[in-house]
Amino acid sequence: MLDWGYPGVLPTLNKGVVKAGIMAGLALHAEINPNMHFDRKNYFYPDNPKAYQITQSETPIAHDGWVEIEVDGKKKKIGIAEMHIEEDAGKNTHTGQYSYVDLNRQGTPLIEIVSKPDIASPDEAVAYLEALRQRIQFTGISDVKMEEGSMRVDTNISVRPYGAKEFGTKTEMKNINSFNYVRNALNFEQERHQKVLLAGGQIVQETRRYDEATKSTISMRTKEGSDDYRYFPEPDVPAVHVSDDWIAEITAEMPQMPGERRAHYVNDLGLTDYDAMVLTQTKEMSDFFEATVAEGADARKVANYLMNDVNSYLNTEHVDLPQTKLTPANLAGMIKLIDDGTISSKMAKKVFQGILQGEEPAEFAKKNGLVQLSDPAQLQPIVDEILANNPQSIEDFKNGKDRAVGFLVGQIMKQTKGTANPGVVNKLLMQALNAQ
Amino acid sequence: MDFNQTDITQLHADLVAGKVTATELVEASLKRMDATEADVNAFVNRNDEAALKQAQALDAAGIKEDQLLAGIPLAVKDNILTQGLTTTASSKMLEHFTPVFDATVVEKLNQAGAINVGKTNLDEFAMGSSTETSYFGTTKNPWDLTRVPGGSSGGSAAAVAAGDVLGALGTDTGGSIRMPSAFNGVVGMKPTYGRVSRWGVIAFGSSFDQVGWITRTVKDNAILMSAISGQDDHDMTSSHQAVPDFAAGLDEASVKGLRIAVPKEYVSDAIDEDVREVIEAGLKHLESLGAIVDEVSLPHTKYGVPVYYILASSEASSNLQRFDGIRYGFRADDVKNLEDVYVKTRSEGFGEEVKRRIMLGTFSLSAGFYDAYFNKAAKVRRLIAQDFEKVFEDHDVIIGATGVSTAFKIGEDIDDPKKMYYNDILTVTANLAGVPAMSIPAGFSKKNGMPVGMQLIGKKYDEQTLYNTAYVFEQTTDAHNHHAKLGGDQ
Repeated sequence: MLDWGYPGVLPTLNKGVVKAGIMAGLALHAEINPNMHFDRKNYFYPDNPKAYQITQSETPIAHDGWVEIEVDGKKKKIGIAEMHIEEDAGKNTHTGQYSYVDLNRQGTPLIEIVSKPDIASPDEAVAYLEALRQRIQFTGISDVKMEEGSMRVDTNISVRPYGAKEFGTKTEMKNINSFNYVRNALNFEQERHQKVLLAGGQIVQETRRYDEATKSTISMRTKEGSDDYRYFPEPDVPAVHVSDDWIAEITAEMPQMPGERRAHYVNDLGLTDYDAMVLTQTKEMSDFFEATVAEGADARKVANYLMNDVNSYLNTEHVDLPQTKLTPANLAGMIKLIDDGTISSKMAKKVFQGILQGEEPAEFAKKNGLVQLSDPAQLQPIVDEILANNPQSIEDFKNGKDRAVGFLVGQIMKQTKGTANPGVVNKLLMQALNAQ
Repeated sequence: MDFNQTDITQLHADLVAGKVTATELVEASLKRMDATEADVNAFVNRNDEAALKQAQALDAAGIKEDQLLAGIPLAVKDNILTQGLTTTASSKMLEHFTPVFDATVVEKLNQAGAINVGKTNLDEFAMGSSTETSYFGTTKNPWDLTRVPGGSSGGSAAAVAAGDVLGALGTDTGGSIRMPSAFNGVVGMKPTYGRVSRWGVIAFGSSFDQVGWITRTVKDNAILMSAISGQDDHDMTSSHQAVPDFAAGLDEASVKGLRIAVPKEYVSDAIDEDVREVIEAGLKHLESLGAIVDEVSLPHTKYGVPVYYILASSEASSNLQRFDGIRYGFRADDVKNLEDVYVKTRSEGFGEEVKRRIMLGTFSLSAGFYDAYFNKAAKVRRLIAQDFEKVFEDHDVIIGATGVSTAFKIGEDIDDPKKMYYNDILTVTANLAGVPAMSIPAGFSKKNGMPVGMQLIGKKYDEQTLYNTAYVFEQTTDAHNHHAKLGGDQ
């Protein structure tokens, strides 16, 4: 159903969004508001077909939280003022003399998170956004993708002289497309504010647009005083009470946050801090890692595979982990085949290609003749045969020429078309040579 | 077929027995409309063809005993969405608006096999007390064509009083079912807020609006109310309260020991003497039947009208913003830019009264005025609700007049908004408190012979006590046996 402000249509509150809001609140260490209602924010605009937006201006679902960031080795807490549930608006696009309105997302719920004015630099702003994105992503309530609009950013910036208590006049930039653009836009604005203020000028409170082509910001509209949105309690949606029991239930269900996961990886699974950090960049990777370990594979080997082979595959193919056919069970299966000598690390490269296509590793190895010959009873006759055919090499070995061993191993590998387990071959060969 | 001489129970029995067909009932309804509409103008839009088709299908299938409403011709107020049938809210803004879905109440009636013969006139967007603000002309009172039928459900009440249908859906935001019922000598119920789904009802004051019935008899009203009540997933404010079969116990109902509260504010000098006389006689009659009548006070009644007009207009100012000329409905010509579309469309598409209330509501919500108006009114609303709660601690029902006068003359109040608003003083408080209230015929004015309505107000979700009391009153008095004479009636 599409919300286009049709007469007689009424809104319904999705219980899922209240739960998602509580989860986001808990993930950001915020206090959950047990009693909330919704309000109408009234304004005329084509992306807003009812001419009001249902939001929470008086009783946000959560307030007073924080996230920790780290910039240049320094840790800092950034405060969250509040988080509220509101309905999304439509999307306006302008082409030539026409404007188009896409109402597909109109009326769908979103959660707006408002930070406190604790962010002191563009780098801190980006670090804050990354921390926010990571924590929200780990709750599983959103995939928080800027490029798909499931995370959107409005930034405000003001500059003040050293030591000044009052904030300067702020400017706002809405809907910036990526974290990099956020950094660029804020850098530009910061410099612009500084120049204006140092020249004795004044900053005008306004909304500006960031233009990536020129890496600059452009004035969109000046705010003369604040708009009068005529907020009042939304009569169509009854007030919501969130019980302590419900909060407790959600708290118990909350997925582990990245920090807790990192500690577990380092302390219990023996990973380095760096590996733990890389693996917890996204919930998908972290979940995949944990699922593979749960299948019985060695944690450090799993980490190596994910950070190297898997990551490079994802990068070259420009895909995300869930879009591939790779499964934790198959990755764990392959690692176990390496560990028990069924396949060599060289063969593993081919098996890896197979499991990327969803193949079961043991079956794939067998089908493609990638199983290592490790049985001494099968290898012994081959070793004996090669030695019998190469008396000169035995002589060389006796004369201390180690090169001869390499040559003999090579002959055995050739004979077995590369399937012989080099470890077992070496052992059998040395036994035979020493016995000569 | 004279709908004034029968009721749903009787017609249903006749339909099941094959003494009459649904087609004959619809034809009778349409024929009566042919005879009366030129005088009364109760309908904005008739549904002749579809109604006849539906009746024929019902006749072909046969009407069974458990299909109580199958084949019964009814009317629907034109601010309630009917799929494929123009729904105008009596506004130029929606003159050609054809909804793509049915309101929940309409869907329920369709499923029950009831037949919608037409859409009834109202004050534009239900804002008014006389139907004089309708874009499609004023509805006349069948009892006296020089008088208003009340509003805003004036078309529905007039259609019932004119004998066009046995019942018509209305909506009541501040008295819009009860006042026209009183002016037309018929029975009107505004149920508890939350009793009936508002899905598909063009919103006016969302925290006040309720759908209800206007009928000739109390029992028909009770039957129809059970059919449309109940929780609806599409309306979060609709209640999970169980819906009784309101008509089931009526025949055994009694008022013996019924504790009636009469607010002194409802029988004061502010009410015309001819009305007061009839109400006082009615109360004496109930007393003679064993009811205990007790005078009480609802001290905040005097604030009801300003509080109601601030709050309902505030909600309306927001609800009516969607009529902007962009997606449906009227759009002004000769527009140069977006702001033009909004300003010209709304300036030309809305009538004076609607614009007045949008201005009043917008002002009440504006920065700097919100606390003094909207917020203060919201606080007084709670006091008014508490007035009722206190009285209901030791009373079963509140009874008084529905209107301060009988139906006034067309044109009498229309240029004096304050006077017009004041007509609602006895009805708005039930909407402010969310309690059920109904109006029943109590008798006739000695001054002008017009019907007088008696208002019964009950506890939340206790419509049953109102129906019981109303039924006893109706069965032991004569007022409901008199009917307006129209279209050559003798």
